[in-house]
Amino acid sequence: MYRNLRNRALASVGVVAVAALVLTGCGGASSGSGGGNSSGGGSASGGSIKIGVALENTGNAASYGQSGWKGVQMAAEEWNAKGGINGKKIELDFQDTKSDPTGATQATTKLLSDGVVAIIGSSISSPTIAMAKLVESRQIPLISPTATNADVTVDPDTGKTRQYAFRACFIDPFQGQVMAKYDLDTLHAKKAAIITDVGEDYSKGLAQSFEQHFTQSGGQIVDKESYTKTDQDFRAILTKVKQANPDVVYVPGYYNQIAQIMKEARSQLGMTMPFEGGDGWDSPTLLQNAGASNLVNTYYTNHYSSDDTSPAVQNFVKAYKAKYNATPDSFAALGYDAAQILFNAIKNANSTKGADIVAALEKTDLDVVSGHITFNAQHDPVKAAVILKFDQAAGKYVFDSKVNP
Amino acid sequence: MATQPAKIPARTSTAALYPWRSMGISILGMVVVWGVVQWLSQSGVLNLFITQTLVIMGINVILAVSLNLITGVTGQLVLGHAAFMGLGCYFAAILTYKMGLPFPVGLIGGGLVAGLGGLVIGLPTLRLRGDYLAIATLGFGEILRIVYQNWDYVGGAVGMSPPQLANWTWVFWLAVLSVLIIWHLVDSSHGRALQAIRENEIAAEAVGVATTRHKVTAFIIGAFFAGIAGGLYGFYNYAFQPSSFDFLHSFNILVLVVLGGLGSITGSIVGAVVVTALQAALQSYPYIQNVIFALLLILMMLFRRQGLLGRYEFHLSMIFPGLRREEKGGHSDGARS
Repeated sequence: MYRNLRNRALASVGVVAVAALVLTGCGGASSGSGGGNSSGGGSASGGSIKIGVALENTGNAASYGQSGWKGVQMAAEEWNAKGGINGKKIELDFQDTKSDPTGATQATTKLLSDGVVAIIGSSISSPTIAMAKLVESRQIPLISPTATNADVTVDPDTGKTRQYAFRACFIDPFQGQVMAKYDLDTLHAKKAAIITDVGEDYSKGLAQSFEQHFTQSGGQIVDKESYTKTDQDFRAILTKVKQANPDVVYVPGYYNQIAQIMKEARSQLGMTMPFEGGDGWDSPTLLQNAGASNLVNTYYTNHYSSDDTSPAVQNFVKAYKAKYNATPDSFAALGYDAAQILFNAIKNANSTKGADIVAALEKTDLDVVSGHITFNAQHDPVKAAVILKFDQAAGKYVFDSKVNP
Repeated sequence: MATQPAKIPARTSTAALYPWRSMGISILGMVVVWGVVQWLSQSGVLNLFITQTLVIMGINVILAVSLNLITGVTGQLVLGHAAFMGLGCYFAAILTYKMGLPFPVGLIGGGLVAGLGGLVIGLPTLRLRGDYLAIATLGFGEILRIVYQNWDYVGGAVGMSPPQLANWTWVFWLAVLSVLIIWHLVDSSHGRALQAIRENEIAAEAVGVATTRHKVTAFIIGAFFAGIAGGLYGFYNYAFQPSSFDFLHSFNILVLVVLGGLGSITGSIVGAVVVTALQAALQSYPYIQNVIFALLLILMMLFRRQGLLGRYEFHLSMIFPGLRREEKGGHSDGARS
């Protein structure tokens, strides 16, 4: 009997605990609306505009999201220091997408429940696609700093542009196009080989676009090889590439495999031709794992370079270093840009209604850190890409040139 | 599980209650819960986020209860429950989103494919025990994840983004249905056999329990409901990707079951509800939510290892003693403890 009583007591404690949690959950929803404000000087006309930010703070894309969040915060503080948007202070409401579509949906519904007027997020494609579909039904504009998949702004089922979704970065295939143009015009290459990571849509997309633009403009693809993420040894495919004797090798993969590929190609097979890739190469890990001597004569396309001498970039880098004591990567730069584009659109719309902000976003014509930006009909930005080249003396990748589409 | 004293508990079977009255109250209670939430969310009193949390709660209840059948009741440690969920999700999406069949067909189809997955993985691996089975099921999940990643038809690494077809009504009633079915299964002779396997497989076999058949059946039924939950998950969240069903997710489902109490269906429901509510409450604190959650788990394991409810079950007769039929030498309580 004692046992039963105890069990009964426990059951009631459990029920009370659940009720309490649900209630605090609800309470959090209403009181949370005040949370996450970014501080700034008060403005004369008062009032505030609440902007949602849903980025990766945990999970496998956490480093992207955290950089992006720093950029967004910096942009908001700069605007607030100047009096906010049309006299209204910017309030940021930050939620974690956990690098997953479900987490992104939860974060976005939380933001919508908090009553945000627009959302910035997220850094990677699948979560952003989920978010784009959700905001569409609530007429709240969304701008992603770095989600590169085409489906983010275009519904693949209907082929129509998602009315409320925008992005601040160029899409995957554009990088292949830029690299092909650079190879033909600047490196005067005639023959190229392509090595693809078949497990990644990103890699396949870049390779496809590179091939298309390279052959269209008179180049020739002499060899195509592929690998998967789990491969540890690339000598077999590199030997075939070497036999084909290309002028350049295009490897649009991620930095982990690239480091191994570069080590084997340079040190073991003595291949000296240029190796090139996309923004998947953008990581300090590449240099650590491959070693400087193996990266000589390599190039990659990227969204921005902190070495770019244009004043917009240099001012941004200086301010970022002063605030966070670190050099901003492209995720921080694009987070900053996404926020700038959105704030500017709200200012021009002079309204917080979703449809008005969207109309203003579509008319964007703005100089931001990653270049001059306008949107095409698919809500993808039209802007330049930068080419980075490895500089052995400096021991890092440096800004080489800017290529316009 | 196996370390606890081997004791097949006496429990009040539903036959000792007034079945019709009891069923009436249950159905009434469920309709009220469903209706109140439906009405509040339609009228906007419950905001979007709370409604969503309730839906996720329902999906987690199905996942926890179905894993509980395999791990809690039958005692087979499985670390691939999200893989069954993923099978259900992917095939529901293929049937409904790609082929244009009605949503219920997709859901059931997804569940059946997941059940088939349970059979395929169950037959060869159920000869393994404990850690070995856990590792084999973990491997199964990873294989499926890599298959999805390299299968362009289902969207490769980006996954698919089907429309939102599932809602509170679907999730609530399917959760009720899966709880009822699994509850009655555990309460049957089949359920007794499963518990016997959990307590001592060799002894169970010695007294004539066909252990492999029972284990595989439990596996298939658990996988089927995980598949249904997966279909609901995919059609509620707007998008899913292969890594939505990785071992981390399997692990999270196991946490629900262990937290609620291995072997207790009430416990699985409570575990799913508590954890989902907790995660929702911590949503606004992105920097510390994982830390708090992990701390709670550690505290739980330090002070209440058997989970929130242990093996305790809730019966309506605890609230309404009138439901209990007077029986000679009958049990004093509906609780299975």
